[in-house]
Amino acid sequence: MTVGSRGEAPVLVGLGEAFGLVLRRELRLSFRRPDQLLQPLVFFLIVTTLFPLGLSVQLSLLREMAPGVLWVAALLSSLLSLDSLFKSDADDGTLEQLALSGQSLTLIVVAKTLAHWLVSGAALVLVSPLVGTALAIPTAAFATMMGSLALGTLTLSWLGAIGAGLTVGLKRGNVLLSLIVLPLAMPLLIFGAGATDRAISGTGALGALYLLAALCVLTCTLAPFAATAALRITLE
Amino acid sequence: MSSGGFWSMGGYARFVWPCFGIAFAVLSWNVWAARRFYAAARLRTLRARAMAASET
Amino acid sequence: MWTWFYRLASPPFVFRVAAALTPWFVALAALTIGYGVIAGLAFAPPDYQQGDAFRIIYVHVPSAWLSLFAYTTMAVAGAIALIWRIKIGHAVAAATAPIGASFTLLALVTGSLWGRPMWGTYWAWDPRLTSELILLFLYVGVMSLRPAFEDPGRGDRAAALLSIVGLVNVPIIHYSVVWWNSLHQGATVAKLGKPSMPGSMLWPLLSMSVGFMLFYGAILCIRLRGEVLNRERQATWVQEAVKS
Repeated sequence: MTVGSRGEAPVLVGLGEAFGLVLRRELRLSFRRPDQLLQPLVFFLIVTTLFPLGLSVQLSLLREMAPGVLWVAALLSSLLSLDSLFKSDADDGTLEQLALSGQSLTLIVVAKTLAHWLVSGAALVLVSPLVGTALAIPTAAFATMMGSLALGTLTLSWLGAIGAGLTVGLKRGNVLLSLIVLPLAMPLLIFGAGATDRAISGTGALGALYLLAALCVLTCTLAPFAATAALRITLE
Repeated sequence: MSSGGFWSMGGYARFVWPCFGIAFAVLSWNVWAARRFYAAARLRTLRARAMAASET
Repeated sequence: MWTWFYRLASPPFVFRVAAALTPWFVALAALTIGYGVIAGLAFAPPDYQQGDAFRIIYVHVPSAWLSLFAYTTMAVAGAIALIWRIKIGHAVAAATAPIGASFTLLALVTGSLWGRPMWGTYWAWDPRLTSELILLFLYVGVMSLRPAFEDPGRGDRAAALLSIVGLVNVPIIHYSVVWWNSLHQGATVAKLGKPSMPGSMLWPLLSMSVGFMLFYGAILCIRLRGEVLNRERQATWVQEAVKS
C-alpha cells in the first residue's frame, strides 16, 4: 500500500504480507492496552468463582457443575471482549480505510479475528487450569477441557465476528451482539460442556471433541465470508 | 364419542383444551396484529401524502 | 426474458395481488383448519398409548412445521433480496418474522403441555426442544436487529444476513431426533414411504398443517401490504393505491 514517488497508483502488497501486517498491528494495539486484555480474563475468573460461592456446594457436586460453569463463564467473557474487535477501528475510520484499501476485506477480517482469538480465547485456555482447579475438575480431564475450550473459543470468535460486524456502530450494540451470538453459540456450549463432562466422568470425550472440531471447521470456513458481508453492509 | 368423554379428553382435559385455546389465541393475535400493522402503515402513508400535498 | 419475474417482484404488483389473494387464503385456511380441529378432536380415534392427550398433535405439529417453514422462507427471501437486490424480499422477510416467532412459541408451549402427561415433565433439555428454543431466540435476534439501524435499508440487509446464518439451525432441529437419542418422538409423517399413522388420525393432521400454511399465507399478505407501504411511501403508485 505504497504510493509511487511520482504519485502513481498505489501498489498493493501481497496477501501474506497484508495478513501479517494486520495481525501484527492488532496484536501490538492489544498489548498497548493491557488493562483491556486482562479485563475479560478477570471477568472469567470472577464469574467462575461466583457459582461455587453462590451455591455453596460440596466438592462432588461442584465437579458435576464445573463444565457448565466453565463454559458459560468462557462464553460471557468472550462476549465482553468481542466489542473491541471492530469498534475502535470503526470509530476512527480505520475500518473504512481497510475496506477501501483494495486488499481482500475477508483476509483482513481473518487476521483481525485470529488476533482477537489469540489475546482472548487462547488466553482463556491458558488460564483454564486455574479455574479447573477451583471448580474441582480432576487434572486428568484438563487436556480435554483445554482442547474443547480452544476449539470452542475459536468458533466463538468467529460467531462473534459475524455479530460484531453486524452491530458495530449501533447504539446498545453490545446488547444486540449478545442477543445475536448467544443463540448461535448454544450448540457449542452443549458440545463443549459435554466433552469436558465426559472427560471428568471417564467416558470417552473423543466423540464430543470431534463434533466440536467439526463445528469449529464449519465456522472457520464459512464465517469469514459472513463477517465480511456483515461489515460491507455496515460500512456502505 | 360420548359427550362426557369429549370434554374430559380421557382425563387429559387440562392439557388438551389449553393447547387448543392457546392455539386459537395465537391465530387471533396474528390476525389482529397484522391488521393493526397494515392500518398503521396506511395511516402513515396517507398522512405523509397529505403533508407533502400541503407543502406544495 | 426475466421481465415476468421482475414484474412479479414489483411492489405495486405485489400490493394488488396480496389484496386479491387474502380472502382466498382466509377461506381455505378456515375450511382446512375447521375440518382438522373438528375431525381431530371428535372423530379421530384415541391413541393406544396416549389416549386423548395425543390430540394435542393437531396444533403442536402444524405449528412446529410452520415455525421451520417460516424461518426458511424468511432466510430465503432475505437471501434473494441480498443477492439479486429484489427489495420485495426484505418486505417478505420482515412480514414473516413475527408470524414465525409466534408459531415457534406456540409449538414450544403446546409441546410443553403435551410433555407433562407423556414424559412427566413440562420441559427437557433434549436436542429437539433445545434447538426449537434456539429457533425462537434466532427469530427474536432478527426482529431486534432490523429496527436498530437508522437506515432501514441497512437494517433489512443486516437482518437478512443474520437470518441466513441462523438457517443452519433448521436442519439441526429436523434431524435432531435422528442424530441423537431424544425424548422427542421420531419421524412418523415426514419420512419416505408409508407414514406410520392410520388415516383417520393422519388426515386431520395433514389438513391442519395445510391450514396453518394457508393461514400464514393470509397473514403474510396483510403484513406484506403494510411493509410495502412503509417502504414505498414516496412512490407515485402508492397515492392511488392507498386512496381506495
